[in-house]
Amino acid sequence: MKALSIKNLTKTYDNGTEALKGIDFSVEAGDFYALLGPNGAGKTTAIGIITSLVNKTAGDVEIFGHSIDTEIAAAKQCIGLVPQEINMNLWEKVQNVVLNQAGYYGLDRKLAYERTEKYLRALRLWEKRDDNARSLSGGMKRRLMIARALVHEPRLLILDEPTAGVDIEIRRSMWKFLREINAQGTTIILTTHYLEEAESLCRHVAIIDEGRIIEDARMSVVLRKLQREVFVLSLVDPIHEAPVLDGFDAQLIDDHELEVEKSTEKSLNDLFAQLADRNIHVLSLRNKANRLEELFMRLVENKQDGLEEAAGA
Amino acid sequence: MNLKLNLIAMQTIVRKEMIRVLRIWVQTIVPPAITMTLYFIIFGNLIGRRIGTMDGFDYMQYIAPGLIMMSVITNSYGNVVSSFFGAKFGRHIEEMIVSPMSNATIIIGHVVGGVIRGLLVGLLVTVIALFFTRLEVQHPLIMISVVLLSSTVFALAGLINAIFAKKFDDIAIVPTFVLTPLTYLGGVFYSISLLPEFWQNVSKANPILYMVNAFRYGILGVSDIGIGTAYAILLVFVVGLFTVCLVLLNRGVGIRE
Repeated sequence: MKALSIKNLTKTYDNGTEALKGIDFSVEAGDFYALLGPNGAGKTTAIGIITSLVNKTAGDVEIFGHSIDTEIAAAKQCIGLVPQEINMNLWEKVQNVVLNQAGYYGLDRKLAYERTEKYLRALRLWEKRDDNARSLSGGMKRRLMIARALVHEPRLLILDEPTAGVDIEIRRSMWKFLREINAQGTTIILTTHYLEEAESLCRHVAIIDEGRIIEDARMSVVLRKLQREVFVLSLVDPIHEAPVLDGFDAQLIDDHELEVEKSTEKSLNDLFAQLADRNIHVLSLRNKANRLEELFMRLVENKQDGLEEAAGA
Repeated sequence: MNLKLNLIAMQTIVRKEMIRVLRIWVQTIVPPAITMTLYFIIFGNLIGRRIGTMDGFDYMQYIAPGLIMMSVITNSYGNVVSSFFGAKFGRHIEEMIVSPMSNATIIIGHVVGGVIRGLLVGLLVTVIALFFTRLEVQHPLIMISVVLLSSTVFALAGLINAIFAKKFDDIAIVPTFVLTPLTYLGGVFYSISLLPEFWQNVSKANPILYMVNAFRYGILGVSDIGIGTAYAILLVFVVGLFTVCLVLLNRGVGIRE
């Protein structure tokens, strides 16, 4: 079953800006789906339309089979939204922020209290329940918005850059929590600028740029499109010149670090064997660039090159 | 429409509004009490003694219903306009927009919140009035129904103001330049029978005149206008303004891009 189905969705703002130029994509129930794109690509507009915060110009949106044109209440009941900007009443108590949202979704008071406690505890905010929301740190506010979005236990959770400005420890604990929620059956759509986050969490990725979907496939399929990878090797002993390696391009960063670019067909074993032959021993290695980030940049840049060529012609 | 869901959602908005009114009681409850006390002392007591009687009542008695109604109107209006615009400004209006509750529920929830604050302040002003004069209610059902309908009208008007408002100045303009003059010219302090015929007719275009007089009729049993006309005008305003609010929210005016 499709959790979300979008067909030919367009949005033109009053000032003439075409934020979406007829996008189509769908999200399977239970999926963990990344919607990526540079700033101004149309991600937040698309999410705004799905969640009724933005009026669409044309196109169809269905959430678990409910059209936002004809069954808006049923469609909204399925969605939980964690927006990009903090959008809670900062003068409210933490507990009331979640309780009110439960009420807006029609949960009776007893169930609302139970769910509020459940999600505030899960997101480590229960101790702060009587504090004003404005007294929370940035990371806590983001976690509170997740608790608020989950209180009616939506089938589709949409997170618009949920970890922006959040420190790495909290970010990783949020990832763990989101994986658990997804494992329990909640479909998740995530937009993020941390492509490492998308690569780590999501099984499907769509890339949107200038109002159009330029990539939409399983994460593994997308990543296979990368033909080359770059590794940085830390060396046990210093060297003064980059070795010449068959099938690899090596550059010396400093006397203890070597940058090696390889095609995806070449094996790392071959690289290590050649280095060992030259008496170069590797202490550790790391990917120089996030793979998804690299692909993302290539897709966006290719598109721009294409546009420039077309303009030149 | 899921009735139970909308009922719970409406109760949630009303509860939230009440918490807000009580949390900022220094801004919501105290100022109208102080203002009305000053009105009673200055206009009712000091100046009123020199004015004598009006429509057979001493001046303090005559203006008391109008002052109570004035506080109900301004507080019903003020509560909805500041709360709804505050929610837009702080973007927590989005909490309601993304939820499955209907737009009618959003309107009713805010209007009930505004009416409750209006009545709360009205009750407080009535208690203050009783320190200065004696009020014997002649028609309690008329008094209650008129105050409820009037506060509903102004709560709806406050919502429309908040829907269109883009900055804080926009929520101060209508109360300052429209609401206050209409209230002062709406027969709070005088009977329109004192005016020349032309100005009497002009005054009859002011809806607040009907509210003040109908409320005064409920308490004192005297009015410059027909009570039936007042009810008709109040009902037309309630239905008309509710419809305008609903159309605006359904179109997303002021709340959706």
